[in-house]
Amino acid sequence: MSFNLAYDGECYSIEDGASVLDTLLDQGIEIPHSCKSGVCQSCMVEVVTGTPTEASQTGLKATFKALNYALSCCLVAKEDLGVSLPNAEDSEVPVSIIKMEVLNHNVLRLCLKTKKQLDTIPGQYLSLITSDSLARSYSVANIPEVDGYIELHIRIIPNGRLGAWLLNDARLWMEVKLRGPAGECFYVCEKDEENDFPMVLAGTSTGLAPLYGIVRDALAQGHKGSIDLFHGALQPEDLYLVDELYDLSQQHKNFSYIPCVMKGNDGDFYTCGDIQELVAKHVVNKKDARLYLCGAPDLVNAMKKTAFLSGIASKHIFNDAFLPSK
Amino acid sequence: MTLYEKLGGEAAVSAAVDIFYRKVLTDDRVNGFFDDIDMDGQIAKQKAFLTMVFGGPNNYTGKNMREAHAPLVEKGLSDLHVDVVIEHLGATLKELGVADEDIAEVASIANSVRDDVLNR
Repeated sequence: MSFNLAYDGECYSIEDGASVLDTLLDQGIEIPHSCKSGVCQSCMVEVVTGTPTEASQTGLKATFKALNYALSCCLVAKEDLGVSLPNAEDSEVPVSIIKMEVLNHNVLRLCLKTKKQLDTIPGQYLSLITSDSLARSYSVANIPEVDGYIELHIRIIPNGRLGAWLLNDARLWMEVKLRGPAGECFYVCEKDEENDFPMVLAGTSTGLAPLYGIVRDALAQGHKGSIDLFHGALQPEDLYLVDELYDLSQQHKNFSYIPCVMKGNDGDFYTCGDIQELVAKHVVNKKDARLYLCGAPDLVNAMKKTAFLSGIASKHIFNDAFLPSK
Repeated sequence: MTLYEKLGGEAAVSAAVDIFYRKVLTDDRVNGFFDDIDMDGQIAKQKAFLTMVFGGPNNYTGKNMREAHAPLVEKGLSDLHVDVVIEHLGATLKELGVADEDIAEVASIANSVRDDVLNR
């Protein structure tokens, strides 16, 4: 007995109980792989048709499971299947600019309306493609499903091309494109766990965007554990959405907003200090916490290592390091 | 029952990997080799390594091991560092309540890849 296996626009035959990886390799198709034992995770694919078997998701991070990812070496056919390499089937979607709002001296809020629903989870990122084909990645800062639009936070970098496009060329109702989504930094509560684990989120600059999306998503899903959001900045004027986040913390008693500023005055509305040290101190007794880190790569990596060494499980650390455009 | 089954299979690997990697990262004798390394990628590799030394299913050929460690050998990776890693492997298993004779078996598998690690 055999089933159909769809991959990259072609349909292959797969024997009952045969692995997807072996079947595709036998066809001469190159799929990244290494151990073929369900351990190294290099052969991960997205299951677009059919259901991943339990064995094919063993050891995967909760976020990868939520995205229907599976290890192709352990994914055996019990039904017709369709798979693709992660993010390989992203298409470009036209969207219209419906709002441009200045959030602080260098951050702009851009709201985009899609004609058809884009399946994106708050915290994931998308590529914004402008009318002159410039592409840059930004994180989803809201719940598109609830709000009816996609919100991005754009940092204007001096001499940056996208910033120049936004300031000079972008207009309301102008059409641009989005590609994606990608990324595994989002809220997920697995079926077999209680939704009362503590969450700690930390980011600098527009690292706040995905974190804001994740916070709102967790609250909307009724998360019961504490949710502590650290937004780090060099100086007070680099913070943004302060009032919105403060209001949100008033509405939900399990949500705390902790703005922190390196060069500030004690006693003001923010905490003075280095976000890295503040977060390190905060997670010391939170070994069961889920940690979300977004922003500059060096800072994200340093915070990740410190938190891991203080006892947070590697599978509970989600991060999105913002790489500069080249 | 194979050694891998006796140790607890994939669940044992998942339980061991964080403990083991924390020990390695906090040991000044070896942690210099892990600076600037992507933690997520490294954890996946450590899981593959642990599965292999636990006697689990693997496609070990030595080629990847040699390629991955060649730049480290240039930076001075030696028998001493391999000894430290095997020491941490043993301590990790001890913490997880694994019997001494099983730890010895794991250590001997780890020892068997020493020449690949050191590109000899």
